[in-house]
Amino acid sequence: MPKAHVYLRDNVNTDEIIPARHLNTDDEAELAKFCLEDLDPRFASKVAPGDIIVAGNDFGCGSSREHAVWSIRGAKVSAVIASSFARIFYRNSINCGFLVVECPGANEKIKDGDELEINARKGVITNKTRNETYNFVPLPDFALEIIDDGGLLNHIAKK
Amino acid sequence: MPMTMTEKILAAHSGQDTVIPGQLINASIDVVMCHDVTTPPATSMLQAKKMEKIFDPEKIVVTPDHFQPAKDIKSAELLKRLDGWAKKHKIKHYYPVGQAGVCHALLPEQGHIRPGETIVGGDSHTCTYGALGAFSTGIGSTDLAAAMSTGELWFRIPQTIQFQLNGKLSHGVYSKDVILTVIARIGTDGARYKAMEFVGNTLSELSMEARMTITNMAIEAGGKNGIMPVDDITREYLKGRLKDDSEYTAYESDADAVFESIEKFDCSKIEPMVALPNLPSNGKGITEIEREAMDQCYIGSCTNGRIEDLRIAAGILKGKKVAIRTIVVPATPGIWRQASDEKLFDIFYDAGCVISAPTCGACLGGFMGVLASGEKCIATTNRNFVGRMGHPESRVYLASPATAAASAIEGKLTDPRKYL
Ligand code: SF4
Repeated sequence: MPKAHVYLRDNVNTDEIIPARHLNTDDEAELAKFCLEDLDPRFASKVAPGDIIVAGNDFGCGSSREHAVWSIRGAKVSAVIASSFARIFYRNSINCGFLVVECPGANEKIKDGDELEINARKGVITNKTRNETYNFVPLPDFALEIIDDGGLLNHIAKK
Repeated sequence: MPMTMTEKILAAHSGQDTVIPGQLINASIDVVMCHDVTTPPATSMLQAKKMEKIFDPEKIVVTPDHFQPAKDIKSAELLKRLDGWAKKHKIKHYYPVGQAGVCHALLPEQGHIRPGETIVGGDSHTCTYGALGAFSTGIGSTDLAAAMSTGELWFRIPQTIQFQLNGKLSHGVYSKDVILTVIARIGTDGARYKAMEFVGNTLSELSMEARMTITNMAIEAGGKNGIMPVDDITREYLKGRLKDDSEYTAYESDADAVFESIEKFDCSKIEPMVALPNLPSNGKGITEIEREAMDQCYIGSCTNGRIEDLRIAAGILKGKKVAIRTIVVPATPGIWRQASDEKLFDIFYDAGCVISAPTCGACLGGFMGVLASGEKCIATTNRNFVGRMGHPESRVYLASPATAAASAIEGKLTDPRKYL
């Protein structure tokens, strides 16, 4: 069951998610080694496949580097839940077919290590550890379609 | 129906008479900006998906900037991929190393930005070009790939916040101080997903270069785009510069356009600002803060690496010596040449500065001035996030070229007005 990695902070920015010193490559496995390096240097070693990052407002603010999404996806994280997202990070995630969930205040209710399940279409996060559910506004249909198709380019190719 | 200028441009590019905020559209793209960090992944994606053909080789502008000239082997590989791709696809406007410069300074300078057009770029500060009355926004690599392949992108029509900037700037106060004041008021997500429209009589006394410093930092307030109406200063700047000099459309917001909110600023009251670590919204007036000691001064970047910025810095450094490591980075070869012709380099050299080739360099902690742990840098750049210019325990202070130069002389945060 995916576990939560909770960060109470707002404004977790792209420089913290993947510092520019690692931008000289676009290899996802390589980027994954440095995921969240300047926020939580232990993250890459403790994350397990399927885990979920939970954070505050304006997650992913800063640069347009999609490397931020690739490093998170490369670390096998299955979704990011945040109170709100910066625009380009949000868009990049959808375009990459990576699930982002906007759920204000979730990082205050969910505790580090809680087991979570997300139903993206219904807009429900289930916290199995605490027996709680949190509702969120699901992504618009066209965005869910892009995610289902495995990203924007597949979506375009399909059309 | 009344519309804002952002709405008008997006309506015209999506074949609609009117659009409203929240609406999803597909817009045609006039210019796609490509650099060395985000473009090679985009071209690899297109190759992998067998979508290699690009929509129009004349509408793509390519310049390496972040790690050029190559800072290490891995970046050399990225530059090689970019170069190979640009040549293979016969990209008409390709600026290889030697002609390359910081993208957001280079594209307007070389006449690629036209009012009323749509520009996307694989870089968050693509919002800079809105100073010329265009819709311009930063995108990631997948969007870049999609835009290059189809010439279109999906957008949600943003709500617009109008920023009314009025009053004459006092001596020693620059457009950088204005935008730091705006961001200090509304916060780093104060304009998230929104268009930031700047109007008012303060603008009419600002050059195009100074205006671009303002729109450049729209993203630091979370904005989708920054935009300014076209006036005589814009027209004068564009004259003889545009690659395509056919008539352009200058859009203006209707008098009864609907703004999400209106923010008014009396710019005559603004003093030189410094954004303290680690957010661009931590702007404080120079007289309110402690005179912290600095280790480095960095004058350059797409925010303040233009000729006017170098002139301002040189004006302060003339006949003086810097007390700390000071790195000057002209943003493009054109600016470099101009600074050289105007003998500004003599002033910098005599003051003890290092002069770099045009590059993003240390602005993003790449090279040419990366910070060690515990070091502090006053920079004319746009971001002071944790680790932005190097070690995660280094710290970046954002300011105008004047404040940066004055601080370089004293080795600590300094009010530039005493040197003017
Ligand atoms: S100068 Fe700095 S902010 Fe501007 S494009 Fe280069 S890295 Fe980005």
